[in-house]
Amino acid sequence: MNSSEMISASFTLVLPEVFLSVGAMALLMLGVFRGDRATRLVSWLAVFLLFVAGVAVLQGPELRTLAFGGSFVVDPFGQFVKILMLIGVALCLIMSMNFIREEKFERFEFPVLIVLASLGMSMMISANDLISLYMGVELQSLSLYVLAAFNRDSLRSSEAGMKYFVLGALSSGLLLYGCSLIYGFTGTTNFDVLRETLIPGGLSIGLIFGLVFLLAGLAFKVSAVPFHMWTPDVYEGAPTPITALFSAAPKIAAMALLVRVLIWPFTDVALSAVPEWRQIIVALAMLSMVLGAFAAIGQSNIKRLMAYSSIGHMGFVLLGLAAGTQEGVRGVLVYLTIYLVMTVGVFACILSMRRREGMVEDIEELAGLSRNHPLMAFALMVLMFSLAGIPPLAGFFAKFYVLVAAVHEGLYTLAIVGVLASVVSAYYYLRIVKIMYFDEPAEPFLSPIGGEIRLILGASSLFLLFYVVFAFPLLGVTDLVARSLF
Amino acid sequence: MMEIGLGHYLTVAAILFTLGILGIFLNRKNVIIILMSIELMLLAVNINLVSFSVYLGDLVGQAFALFVLTVAAAEAAVGLAILVVYFRNRGNIGVEDINLMKG
Repeated sequence: MNSSEMISASFTLVLPEVFLSVGAMALLMLGVFRGDRATRLVSWLAVFLLFVAGVAVLQGPELRTLAFGGSFVVDPFGQFVKILMLIGVALCLIMSMNFIREEKFERFEFPVLIVLASLGMSMMISANDLISLYMGVELQSLSLYVLAAFNRDSLRSSEAGMKYFVLGALSSGLLLYGCSLIYGFTGTTNFDVLRETLIPGGLSIGLIFGLVFLLAGLAFKVSAVPFHMWTPDVYEGAPTPITALFSAAPKIAAMALLVRVLIWPFTDVALSAVPEWRQIIVALAMLSMVLGAFAAIGQSNIKRLMAYSSIGHMGFVLLGLAAGTQEGVRGVLVYLTIYLVMTVGVFACILSMRRREGMVEDIEELAGLSRNHPLMAFALMVLMFSLAGIPPLAGFFAKFYVLVAAVHEGLYTLAIVGVLASVVSAYYYLRIVKIMYFDEPAEPFLSPIGGEIRLILGASSLFLLFYVVFAFPLLGVTDLVARSLF
Repeated sequence: MMEIGLGHYLTVAAILFTLGILGIFLNRKNVIIILMSIELMLLAVNINLVSFSVYLGDLVGQAFALFVLTVAAAEAAVGLAILVVYFRNRGNIGVEDINLMKG
């Protein structure tokens, strides 16, 4: 193959990313020429673009294939996570359309920035080189900083953007310092070459330093404790559909990146020795689960509560990663799928909490929801039971698979802490159910604007309720997908 | 005459990087100083990358440094834009005043 053939082969592999980047630029041009009144059109075109990118992802090769000199990888693992990420982004975009109109910041840059963020996430998921990893992370973060501050007349939104920017930039700095050390001590940035050079020799001190910095940077992006400080403030201050996006898509992408970085270059599967990074991930998982459970108890703002809830859930996902086996990765993938559905559902509910004076975010406002809006109360109850991990809802199975994977690897303490944390966290999920069903009714909400939010809410709670039906196909797919990483 | 080797460059980079992190956490006055500290961190990483690249005789590190420079420019632009929006709403940019949300 000569070089031009190689380049065209590479371009076929990155077709989803090409669609997203070219599409984002086209949408930007459309927005510039038509002005802000075209926002609705640009938003729907962006959803269509995400759909096209999803179709292109599914057309990809079935085996692990490298593009652009090994810096970009297409494999079933990446394809699965990309589909999840695109679904999450598309749902959040659909939910945001009426919200930005109501809140009077309907500008065409909004969907364009979301598409650019999903391009960055797609790059992260497929990164096979420290340089492409960094570029993906930055493209995603820079778009998200702007989105957090998008409601630019609101002090809370701009403060959220400011905080997210400062801490996000700090975490990129740590990540980058880690990358430079890994490059310096191995002489390569490519994950495949790293895998070959690392496995025989074990890790040197400098390399462990680099790995720790890299992990600290990535832990910021998945908001694992002790790198979670930004999460509650940014979740509370950012516009609600953007909070939904934050808790769904970037978490999934960053977790996939974390799994790929740790499993592909830094795990010696053949020798079955305990990998060096395990203690770090165990500590992150344990702290996240415990803090997620306890810190959410005192919260009265539902977006803040969801922030702590997502920290706790990320702890459980890290529990699966700590196992470091194929079973663990399968648990991670199942967990991420179910987590996506739960988060999107809860945020659809939060977006329907509207009164005549505007959006309300206090948990007390849900009082007596069962009498005013029985269907919405039932859907939110299903979501809360599922988040708490009560069988036979989906959230239980998600926790079950990661716990089993951890126990098989002998991580008993971690698994016990996980179960206890999930018991504690059940308290605040059930408190919401109690407020909805047993408290004196508050003033009813306005009926949700547009059918799409109602549709998303209904679909997500049905999925969680009848997860048992989907369980086997999902397990089969995730099993195949997880195998591609080993 | 002392030979200046890789270790010296790495030490300088590590010191600059630590200064950047300290600048973010210890500074209680002004958000602009935080932006400068972030820039300092990224440049410290660049020193690292370039000196490793020369030491290893491998060009990838220098290519990486160029990417980092580009991203640093974009990051500064986005950061300043957010800062302007924040200033318009709040009227000052003291670090201690960024405290609307807590908990």
